[in-house]
Amino acid sequence: MSEPLRGVIVSHAGVAQALIAAVDSITGVGDAFVAVSNDGCDRDALFRTLAAAVGERPTVLFVDLPGGSCLTSAVAFARGRPDLAVVTGVNLAMLLDFVFHRDLAPAVAAERAAAAGNRAIRTPA
Amino acid sequence: MSIKLVRVDDRLIHGQVVVGWGQRLHVGFIVLVDDAVRDSPSEQELYRMGVPPDIELIFASVPEAVAQLGAWEADARPSIVLAGSIATLAALTENCHRVTRINLGGIHAGPGRSERLRFVFLSDAEAEQLKRLAARGVEVTAQDVPTARPVPLAEFT
Repeated sequence: MSEPLRGVIVSHAGVAQALIAAVDSITGVGDAFVAVSNDGCDRDALFRTLAAAVGERPTVLFVDLPGGSCLTSAVAFARGRPDLAVVTGVNLAMLLDFVFHRDLAPAVAAERAAAAGNRAIRTPA
Repeated sequence: MSIKLVRVDDRLIHGQVVVGWGQRLHVGFIVLVDDAVRDSPSEQELYRMGVPPDIELIFASVPEAVAQLGAWEADARPSIVLAGSIATLAALTENCHRVTRINLGGIHAGPGRSERLRFVFLSDAEAEQLKRLAARGVEVTAQDVPTARPVPLAEFT
């Protein structure tokens, strides 16, 4: 069996680290994600941090905002790498889904996680 | 004047610009002045992703920006002019005296630079370049987000 997918969460400030702690506390899986913060980074520095976090492994990049330096760096980094996929608007629900579907191809896992994240956004009466 | 902010930020289009300043200033368009991005459709595509559809994003080279500043000023919509480096903005202001205020929003660590503020790293040459702009009457302050205090150039150079 091939190595399970990894998720890299790319966020402003400490959002990524906090989400990973939340996933760990709910699932007990603490090694599915790596946190990357854009704190103190210009685009080149963030690009280098992403390269170190992703390496050569198939990965899904979860980005906090659908715009901004985290997304532009993530998309630029993923260009030409079919083993990478990018999802924006990261939330806890999509990460929990991803943890248990890391045997999928990156693009499929990304689509699935995005759908799970979307389903979690509600306005209960 | 329609141009509400002339900013140096090496991340160009990102959250502080679009959300922090963009919402506060109710901007209708953002001008990204960068010769390399102006010539790169793929880079432009990346930056377009960061801008909501109700804000127009214009890409300009330095000569184009010099030529268009008057028209952007006359536009009824509030706007932001954004450059990625002090050198770009200096080139813009050297050829055009319409720019009277410059906001340093984010200049990160790099070779030869030292930390002047948490979000401003400058080389000595860059600091001198900014002082020359100030000597010409351009007001230079550092301010990452609208709620922060604008820090005058003299306090960090």
